[in-house]
Amino acid sequence: MAHSGFIPKDNLNSVIEALSKKARLFVPVEEGDLVLFKPFAAGQTMCFSRPANLPPKAVIFPQSDVLFDFNLKKDMENLKKVEVELKENLDFPSTIIVGCRPCDAQGFRIYDRVYLEAGATDPYYKGRREKTTIITLTCNAPSPGCFCTSVGRGPADEDGSDLLMTELPKGYYLEAVTDKGEAVLKELGLADGSAYREEAEKAQESAAKAVRKPFASLEKTPEKLIGLFDDQQFWEAEAAKCISCGACTYLCPTCYCFNITDEQAGSRGERIRSWDACMFAHFTLEASGHNPRPSKAQRLKNRVGHKFSYYPTRYKGVTACCGCGRCIRYCPVSVDISEIVAHVQGAQG
Amino acid sequence: MTLSKLKELVQQVLPEVDVLIGYKQGFDPVHATPAFVTKPEQINDLIWNPLCVHNLCSYLPFMKDKKVGVIVKGCDSRTIVQYMQEKLIDRTKVRVIGIPCRGVISVNKVLHAVNHQPIESINFEGGNLVVKTPEGPKTIPMDEVMPAKCSICQYPTPLNYDHLVGEAIQSDKPKEKVFEDIKEFEKLSLEERRKYWEKEFDRCIRCYACRNACPMCVCQDQCLAESRDSHWTSQRDDLTEKYMFHMIHSLHLAGRCIECGECERVCPMEIPVAKIKKKIGMELKELFDYVPGINPEDTPPMYTFKAEEATIQEHKL
Repeated sequence: MAHSGFIPKDNLNSVIEALSKKARLFVPVEEGDLVLFKPFAAGQTMCFSRPANLPPKAVIFPQSDVLFDFNLKKDMENLKKVEVELKENLDFPSTIIVGCRPCDAQGFRIYDRVYLEAGATDPYYKGRREKTTIITLTCNAPSPGCFCTSVGRGPADEDGSDLLMTELPKGYYLEAVTDKGEAVLKELGLADGSAYREEAEKAQESAAKAVRKPFASLEKTPEKLIGLFDDQQFWEAEAAKCISCGACTYLCPTCYCFNITDEQAGSRGERIRSWDACMFAHFTLEASGHNPRPSKAQRLKNRVGHKFSYYPTRYKGVTACCGCGRCIRYCPVSVDISEIVAHVQGAQG
Repeated sequence: MTLSKLKELVQQVLPEVDVLIGYKQGFDPVHATPAFVTKPEQINDLIWNPLCVHNLCSYLPFMKDKKVGVIVKGCDSRTIVQYMQEKLIDRTKVRVIGIPCRGVISVNKVLHAVNHQPIESINFEGGNLVVKTPEGPKTIPMDEVMPAKCSICQYPTPLNYDHLVGEAIQSDKPKEKVFEDIKEFEKLSLEERRKYWEKEFDRCIRCYACRNACPMCVCQDQCLAESRDSHWTSQRDDLTEKYMFHMIHSLHLAGRCIECGECERVCPMEIPVAKIKKKIGMELKELFDYVPGINPEDTPPMYTFKAEEATIQEHKL
């Protein structure tokens, strides 16, 4: 895909406004000291100078998603018989995300394998994913805690994005990654950007060099983690300061676990799917009352193991962590997953 | 000076405990992180400076099977006192190293002051911070980046300790200013206050960092926010549910909140949740003339279940 475009700095806002006329548009908006993805609206202060505090994962994988409405109807002829009326919510609007980072976009690729490619397709995820176009801004410098290059990605990685945007001194160089991205380029009727290609590549390379590398090659890490599975002492030391909240998982572009509950009042109700987290004690609580992961050390082991062992073992070596660093930056006690992986790699045995 | 004295004390205490909890440098120059020291060589990693914001006492109720040493600031020490009142720790198994504290910094306020640039280094010089970012160095007065709790601190010296690092200090903050911010907030109309909280709680992602960081939230695994049997709260992410969770959290802390501010500090969505707890603290002070976490012999007012409170004279008519 070679189609490229260029947006002069002063034109960015008008281009974004033009996009907002074509579909439901999410942009990174400043709210106090936070940057959050919000539906585009006039008068907002957009922020492209640092990654958003929360990735835009909720656009495709909502925190709380009504799968269907139900109504339990009694048969008036036979009161023991109850009929269930269902109304599915499978109508998804065309959506565009502008200004997420390559790590955020890759998060959706982690989800794709699970929700689209593993055999059982999730219609809710599929519907939103197909209707969403992702316009990603490459990073020109790492943020505190970032380590994308260590997990096989980079600040200009295109996997998961439809269109890549690179900020240059005079404007934004755009390059289509998919047909969806190319369609957006054409619709916007942007000037050809090929003259800026080399400059953009140089900027991307220098950003990639600036990202810290907290640990070595991940090749042997999945086996190493399995080897440490029963080393309770190791995990207790790693988890000592963890307070077992779910902030890391909810801020993570690659965490996709959920809970399903029926929220019912009288005969009517909704079945909702909501984010859940392996860091909560209830996550693995079984109906019998038994909990296979009763301690925070076991829960943190699961989080690291899932991202760096179980997922890559199942999906051809792909690590289920994009190195965005949010779990490190915003952890209440600065638990550092990259440090834990380094300890795993350095552990004896 | 304080750091070398602290290390000396840790050296002395470490053989008596299974683990000692202090602070070390975190992943970047502006973050400290809790350090769990079990070996003498780890003592060298310990730091003491205004980055040491965490209330380390929060770990104690979950470590009852161990002998634990812990480093506490004045504000944190009220946690120890409250734990003693509520019998949440066995005080004989805890070694408390107290540090008189002149105030910590709010990482969020520092990041705000440097326009959220990555911080390359941070130095404390006199009453100032010198923060270096790619945009260059910036000098910021400590007072400007302190959390609100430090600007009204009445207990700079720990109220309960086994060892004290250095000399005790007295508070130079006026008592009458303690609830000033709450009284100011209450001048807003009910409607304005409701709008304020709706805007703030709308951001809540129900990650429960505020609950898990709270030293007095000891139900944790049994919390009704997640209980499925019974299903007390819905898992919806709408405003009503978020509001409900925070109100329950706050009410469970009535007369027990020792105002360490951890709930607010750890919120990844920067919701000022400590304000609600402080409001309840103010009510408790006015109703019962009671301040939590001061005297180990006290019984928290909501623990007494008396129909008539001794301090409410009118009820004796």
